Amino acid sequence: MTTGKVKGIIANLVTVVVDGAVAQNEICYLSVGKTRLMAEVIKITGENVFVQVFESTRGLKVGDTVEFTGHMLEVTLGPGLLSKKYDGLQNDLDKLTGVFLQRGEYNYPLDEGALWKFTPIAKEGDKVQAADWLGEVDENHQPHKIMVPFVFEGEYTVKSIVKAGEYKVNDTIAVLTDAEGKEHNVTMIQKWPVKKAILAYKSKPRPFKLLETGVRTIDTANPICEGGTGFIPGPFGTGKTVLQHAISKQAEADIVIIAACGERANEVVETFTEFPELDDPHTGRKLMERTIIIANTSNMPVASREASVYTSMTIAEYYRSMGLRVLLMADSTSRWAQALREMSNRLEELPGQDAFPMDLSAIIGAFYARAGYVYLNNGSTGSVTFLGTVSPAGGNLKEPVTEGTKKVARCFYALEQNRADRKRYPAVNPIDSYSKYLEYPEFEEYISKRINNSWIGLVNEMKTYLQRGKEIQEQINILGDDGVPVDYHEEFWKSELIDFIILQQDAFDKIDAVCPMERQEYMLNLVMDMCHKDYDFDNFLDVNEYFKKIINICKQMNYCEFKSADFNNYQTKLDELLKEKQIA
Amino acid sequence: MAKAFQKIYTQITAITKATLSLKATGVGNDELATVNGKLAQVVKILEDEVTLQVFEGTEGLPTNAEVVFLGKAPSLKVSDQLAGRFFNAYGDPIDGGPAIEGDEVELGGPSVNPVRRKQPSELIATGIAGIDLNNTLVSGQKIPFFADPDQPYNQVMANVALRAQADKIILGGMGLTNDDYLYFKNVFNNAGVLDRIVSFVNTTENPPVERLLIPDMALTAAEYFAVQKHQKVLVLLTDMTLYADALSIVSNRMDQIPSKDSMPGSLYSDLAKIYEKAVQFPQEAGGGSITIIAVTTLSGGDITHAIPDNTGYITEGQLYLRRDSDIGKVIVDPFRSLSRLKQLVAGKKTREDHPQVMNAAVRLYADAANAKTKLENGFDLTNYDERCLAFAKDYSDKILAIDVNINTTEMLDIAWQLFAQHFKAEEVNIKQELVDKYWVKG
Repeated sequence: MTTGKVKGIIANLVTVVVDGAVAQNEICYLSVGKTRLMAEVIKITGENVFVQVFESTRGLKVGDTVEFTGHMLEVTLGPGLLSKKYDGLQNDLDKLTGVFLQRGEYNYPLDEGALWKFTPIAKEGDKVQAADWLGEVDENHQPHKIMVPFVFEGEYTVKSIVKAGEYKVNDTIAVLTDAEGKEHNVTMIQKWPVKKAILAYKSKPRPFKLLETGVRTIDTANPICEGGTGFIPGPFGTGKTVLQHAISKQAEADIVIIAACGERANEVVETFTEFPELDDPHTGRKLMERTIIIANTSNMPVASREASVYTSMTIAEYYRSMGLRVLLMADSTSRWAQALREMSNRLEELPGQDAFPMDLSAIIGAFYARAGYVYLNNGSTGSVTFLGTVSPAGGNLKEPVTEGTKKVARCFYALEQNRADRKRYPAVNPIDSYSKYLEYPEFEEYISKRINNSWIGLVNEMKTYLQRGKEIQEQINILGDDGVPVDYHEEFWKSELIDFIILQQDAFDKIDAVCPMERQEYMLNLVMDMCHKDYDFDNFLDVNEYFKKIINICKQMNYCEFKSADFNNYQTKLDELLKEKQIA
Repeated sequence: MAKAFQKIYTQITAITKATLSLKATGVGNDELATVNGKLAQVVKILEDEVTLQVFEGTEGLPTNAEVVFLGKAPSLKVSDQLAGRFFNAYGDPIDGGPAIEGDEVELGGPSVNPVRRKQPSELIATGIAGIDLNNTLVSGQKIPFFADPDQPYNQVMANVALRAQADKIILGGMGLTNDDYLYFKNVFNNAGVLDRIVSFVNTTENPPVERLLIPDMALTAAEYFAVQKHQKVLVLLTDMTLYADALSIVSNRMDQIPSKDSMPGSLYSDLAKIYEKAVQFPQEAGGGSITIIAVTTLSGGDITHAIPDNTGYITEGQLYLRRDSDIGKVIVDPFRSLSRLKQLVAGKKTREDHPQVMNAAVRLYADAANAKTKLENGFDLTNYDERCLAFAKDYSDKILAIDVNINTTEMLDIAWQLFAQHFKAEEVNIKQELVDKYWVKG
């Protein structure tokens, strides 16, 4: 292996002189006394190799030795990933001893001693290729497929496969023969470089299947699809974290991966504390059983913050290859971009806007492109749905990370300070936000079958009411309540009705927090029916008072168990109230 | 002073306002050195050329200055002797007392493993209702005051420090005016609590680059008391804007490309490293905690500037002060202030009606603000508007004003009294069972 010696140091950027070949993005270890620090090659010029060290370089000296490993940053994939809490370099945080994270302390991410109940799927003589399923084990009640390693190229023949039984991750479970007759032992684990996408699938169609999140302002107004991409930009204090937690708790996914990338440690601790207690609304099991957390909080090393998003994505792609629906949430991609900026800055690269690297939007684009809905070689499907948050500097959406993300993400959930100030949560602005999937014919076909073929029309009509309501509000602000016709007030209050009953949702209320699609359909029909009707009012004060009553009743309905006695009572009350003023 | 066995380097190659480069070998990154007796730290090494950041500034340093490397990173000696003492940015006593004996600990130590943290759940009572009622603080939290330079944030912070039931209070003063330094010293002295207090102070009279050491000094001391002595530690950092300014000075002198508002691109990480030292340890680890209350001064109330903006993304909420012209007092602004952790204690460690009363009062206060706008625009007020205005005035005076000092149960009782005085029960929008229990019948 190539070795080298330290030549220069600025913070965590180290220049190394090497005695042999090195590859871009190769991993190496620097020795500081007895401690070995992990680093990644990020630039090579002549004999100088620039490496970014994943930890503090305190005490490092010119002349210290560097050993190269011959491979890029890799993750270890196999049964036992679920419920784990990793750092950005896939160290198991629970296994680290001591209260503080000591630099240079790395560990094996899986449990080597654990026994897994293996059932073979492939048979001797089967022709297989990368990512084909050889067998499966039960991992937290999910079928975890043991696959032909992704690095295997071409076709292989199964020479032998073990019988059903209990095995450890490093036991050989199959022997495969390649085209030249060479034999390869396959265990339950494999490694993959995080910066490369796993492409071992047949095809990647456009996403079309609704991914239900139980959040009305998403599912009804701007739905995201299985394998879709979305992003949530918002200034601090607009409820980004609460919304993201709601989605990760409720979404109809088999696996949820949370990448806490450069955010507050106490927020991760909240997830650590709550998820083992909370039930998955779809299976009734504990949320933690389907969750993997990659925690690289803001005070952990900056360089591994960058690695953490790639580590998360690679694990997501791994589970997708098993035919599972994976939801990946990254909070926040801005911190990842800042990590790129810090390094680009030290490399003295010419800066782009706001000192971010010039290729920032290309990097973001390539990352979002790894999400998707795929058909596997055996005809099954799997998906990685990716939702990232963006923390725009100064709340200004015209900054490079937001703009770069907007170009590639198909759903946009704009959190708005003004809505948050007025406690209208979730503070997603209904007019600025969008979901491109509403325009996909594939999605239209899917939703027509699942709900009905007038659904998208109804959703768009709802948005028109909201837009109109906003315009009228502006006119009222200028002309005064008396300065506009009574009809205008009626239209404005119809938009308020939609806002209060459909868009707003109480994430802290047991019932209202999760709204299944069936219920969303019922409520939207109910609200839109009321909007379609004309009413008989003498003056604007009547309009205000009347609609406030309607809103109050509908809100109570949102708080009640769907179609329970209470719910139906409120429905009856509402019907009576409507009779008072509705014209035909 | 150089000791006999230490090698002295004199081959200076470059001097800027804050840095000095020289030919030297065998030097470790982050290592301390002295340059003609002035303290400096290694910030860059390229082959045999080492660049030092000179904390005091390079004024008067000659090209034949004597440089001695100390073989260690900046550190602080920690022991119980720290209590009651005042130190400068280097950890040297400035109160005339003796040097501290204890274990030498490097500054800027490693981060706490997130799985070894506990979710914060202990209330920190300050007696200030604008904080305790509306923006309850929790141990292990980090929260700044966003304040204009003319606001009395240091006074409020001193009050909070005295009333909070902390075992140790650690003051990190960056660019404090000498007057404010003496103010803190007097307040602590007069309250007779000096033995609970440790201060690290850099005043406006000291070189600005020295400030960079203050938060790390304060937090290293805090970690000693929280980790080793299992104490509840409160750290006060004022003013973090001046700290960030010092960061930008150094990055500028090192020819780094500035990002937004001339701040270094690493500002977010630099601030996070400090604020994330706030922690609540679980019982297994002794149950100690570090809570950070900081001050970030704003320029003309602009929170989109890089310093408050990055701070807001890191801290768990922020507190705003505002002068209320109706009552002529400074209040804690109920609209813009936010404690993100308050729901962990409100109604759980305080009386059950806390969350609902807090929201109802702020909502009515907002109605009053609307009424005020209406009045200013020349529209007529309804009877409800007028009652809201009257309520707002009482609420400001009895709850929001920073001179209030009562416990949370009293705060809740006062709020109920004000509700009953100005409103009907159905106007306050509180859950019926709480109204039945607490409504003050006239």
